[in-house]
Amino acid sequence: MGKRVAVVGFGQTKGRSSRKDVNGQELINEAVVTALQDAELTIRDIDAIVIGNMDHFEGINYVDTWSVEGAGGVMKPIFKVTTGGTTGTTVAMSAYYHVASGMFDRVLAIGWEKNSESDTTGAIITAFDPVWERPNLGGAVAGLAIEASKYMSNYGVTERDGARVAVRERLHALNNPYAHLHQEWMKGIPVDQLVDLIVGSEQNVMLAYPLRMSDMCPRTDGAAAAVFASEDVAEKIAPIPAWVLSTVNRHNFALAGDVDMDRNTTMAKASKKAFEKAGIKEPLKEIDVCELYLPYSYAGLKWMEDYGFCEYGEGPKLLWDGVTDMDGELPVNPSGGVMSSNAIGATALIRVGEAATQVMGKAGTRQVPKDVNIAFATGFGGCYWADVMILGRRKPA
Amino acid sequence: MDVENMYYHGRINVPYKWYVGATGSRFLVGLRDGKEFWGITCPKCGKVYVPPLKTCPECFVPNEEWVRLADTGTVESFTVAHYSNGVSPSDIPYVLGLIKMDGADGSFLHYIGDADPADVKVGMRVKAVFADERTGNIMDIKHFAPVNE
Amino acid sequence: MEKVGIVGVGQTIYERRKTDTFAELVFEACTSALADAGIGIQDIDNVVTVSNDFWDGRTISSMAIQDAAGAWEKDVSTVEGDGIFGALYGMMRTLSGSFDTTLIVSHVKGSEGNMNLITNAMFDPIYQRHLGVDATTSAALQARAYMEKTGATEEDFARVSVKNHGNGVNNPFAQIRKKISLEDVLNSRKISEPLKLYDCSPISDGAAAIVLSNEKGLARFKKDPVWILGVGHCSDSYSLGYRDLTFPRALQAAAGKAFASAGIKNPLKELDVAEIADAYSYMELIWYEGFGFAAEGAGADLIRSGATAMDGALPVNPSGGLLSAHPVLVAGLARIVEATLQLRGEAGDRQVKGAKKALAHGINGPCGQSHGVFVLGA
Repeated sequence: MGKRVAVVGFGQTKGRSSRKDVNGQELINEAVVTALQDAELTIRDIDAIVIGNMDHFEGINYVDTWSVEGAGGVMKPIFKVTTGGTTGTTVAMSAYYHVASGMFDRVLAIGWEKNSESDTTGAIITAFDPVWERPNLGGAVAGLAIEASKYMSNYGVTERDGARVAVRERLHALNNPYAHLHQEWMKGIPVDQLVDLIVGSEQNVMLAYPLRMSDMCPRTDGAAAAVFASEDVAEKIAPIPAWVLSTVNRHNFALAGDVDMDRNTTMAKASKKAFEKAGIKEPLKEIDVCELYLPYSYAGLKWMEDYGFCEYGEGPKLLWDGVTDMDGELPVNPSGGVMSSNAIGATALIRVGEAATQVMGKAGTRQVPKDVNIAFATGFGGCYWADVMILGRRKPA
Repeated sequence: MDVENMYYHGRINVPYKWYVGATGSRFLVGLRDGKEFWGITCPKCGKVYVPPLKTCPECFVPNEEWVRLADTGTVESFTVAHYSNGVSPSDIPYVLGLIKMDGADGSFLHYIGDADPADVKVGMRVKAVFADERTGNIMDIKHFAPVNE
Repeated sequence: MEKVGIVGVGQTIYERRKTDTFAELVFEACTSALADAGIGIQDIDNVVTVSNDFWDGRTISSMAIQDAAGAWEKDVSTVEGDGIFGALYGMMRTLSGSFDTTLIVSHVKGSEGNMNLITNAMFDPIYQRHLGVDATTSAALQARAYMEKTGATEEDFARVSVKNHGNGVNNPFAQIRKKISLEDVLNSRKISEPLKLYDCSPISDGAAAIVLSNEKGLARFKKDPVWILGVGHCSDSYSLGYRDLTFPRALQAAAGKAFASAGIKNPLKELDVAEIADAYSYMELIWYEGFGFAAEGAGADLIRSGATAMDGALPVNPSGGLLSAHPVLVAGLARIVEATLQLRGEAGDRQVKGAKKALAHGINGPCGQSHGVFVLGA
């Protein structure tokens, strides 16, 4: 029987398009120091560290050994995990298992990315099979565009529906001092009008139908760190620890051409299993806040159906009814989500950290206006890698 | 069944632009503009780091005081390399050394030149030889050369 | 703490130029480990893969082996680094309460990439990488520093190479199975002084896999497990010039932790066999000191004494070690496979008679910066 585990501290840097004043190790250090301050711990209290990012995004091999000076890993147990877009949740899960095993009491999880230092698309192209896929498959946008247009055709979804997701994410980001994008011009304009402006704007370039600039996430420099602690010490560290109720992942992938484009199958399977493990029967009713890895707008419609928050095809209705807004029944991404800040290696860890911060009641201007007993965080990777972590205020059974 | 085994040639060619950060930049600007070596000191343990680190890895506090160092040091270890990997010098053999700069608490990795590889020894005193054209990177130092003191 | 057992092991033969894809190697190692455990993939609760994007020449390269590792419909994660760290993570997951059994697999096709450029990329891009430093030239700096401090000679390094190559002759999985003499090593081509060709490990292709089970999961297996008695891992600092290259304090810490859990006070006496990371000949001597087989500075005395030979007090690297086959990333996991075979008495011609306690070791980063240690018991 494993130990119960909680998140007891979280720190992140403010997302920026470029941090010229620091190198990668120094950026990591900022997040680590902030997370330790949040947990009121020192680096001496940390028993082990787990870190993650994507090698070719920074051009650094063996990041776990390269980063120790900044991470605080000198003479500590440390290793690296990596799974692509999900790396941040993969790091969080690894920290969870470090602690659940009973081998370590206080573990630091670190995710980071300096997108400004490389050609991300150039690196992503190399993710595909060099013989069968690389010659004719490009980057991240095209695959998501295929998914979106198929979804639109299946359920009669429109570009306005997609734009409505972007509006929600960016309005939420205005409350988050750490978000990369702060679109101040949106303040005070009614939602319908914002949607019209985005859909009708000529500056909003079409990248690959139906995806325009406004449907995508930015490229961000940022780092995040979270402290995971065992039940033996968690309550001594944090007034309200964010307990991990369950964590599950799925990755059924062989070749890109075989991916089910109708549904996000792995995400559906991982969430269903995680809800079951956490004893959640009615996700929409029981979950108080979500921090979902939605890398582009239409995911905020279709994937909501896959999580089981509504029936197939009802994603747009859920959205337009305001259910997922800050004051709705199920607030989604009070932080502004991935579409407002995307330091890839850190992004999914920020979802977990933000969810934990909501449970702890420390989210300040972006704290949802109700008691948070259960928070739902996810990570997504381009090869349909799906990570799920559910956090709660009550210690799991 | 015998089959001809095919292979596929590839190359991952992604351009990078690594930001040095404000701390390291100060060091590189010193090399470029004044042929100067600057180190930085940990306020807790007193160690002097060259190249400079923003935080002391052992004490985990920000390093503070900048100190100007001489351009001389002692060879702590070296190797005579007999191959080139495409990044290292193509003119082989060449000598790579760990040089403890005077006043620093650790060593600096660079080439040792102007010496017969057979004559290089641990404990040898060396001095930085700077490139004529300096652009603010580690190659502003050409190599370290033996000195008779 | 609950105990974890190794219930299945598998490895491919290590070769220079395999024609199989790396996913095919993963499948071979996994099916071999499952067959060894006498189970099917349905008995595996979760999977940990080990890979590295630089060595695979792909971003997110672990996505390409999930099907081959049988991770379909299962929880799965990827460790990037030496396989010993994959085994550590697999152990954590096995103890977490979420899973009873874990499959861990690591692969590499060293022959498909360029070792020198791939390892050059682990050095700091601002201050070190331009100089062309790589795994071999940095190792040479460490070797020289160690010689200066301890008085160890190139001949002492050659002794390691002779011993391990001699052992490799007995290992059907080894890439190089060739008995060599001290003269052969000392006269071999200079690579990066003091290191010569036979001081360096070869570049290999291959894969290895292990199956772990907690006590609850053991009901699924017929064979007796080999128990994990203790583990430890630890990293030293990164900056080459600011780390004592001559004494591996991180290994001392990792091994100390593993030995404490296993109740081992005198490792040289209490261990029966050790499989350790001899990526370069001299490393074995430095690691002797880190493990406490020899006092600080006395690593060379131990190899000279014959204590680590097949007929010595503690045979080190009966498999031939990394000097006989070095599949990077697989290396540490392969050491666990070898140690397990020894404790089961299934190591064939390389068997250390009656081995009851074994050590497995893996390293990450330049000059053995980070270490992972497993103590296993029959």
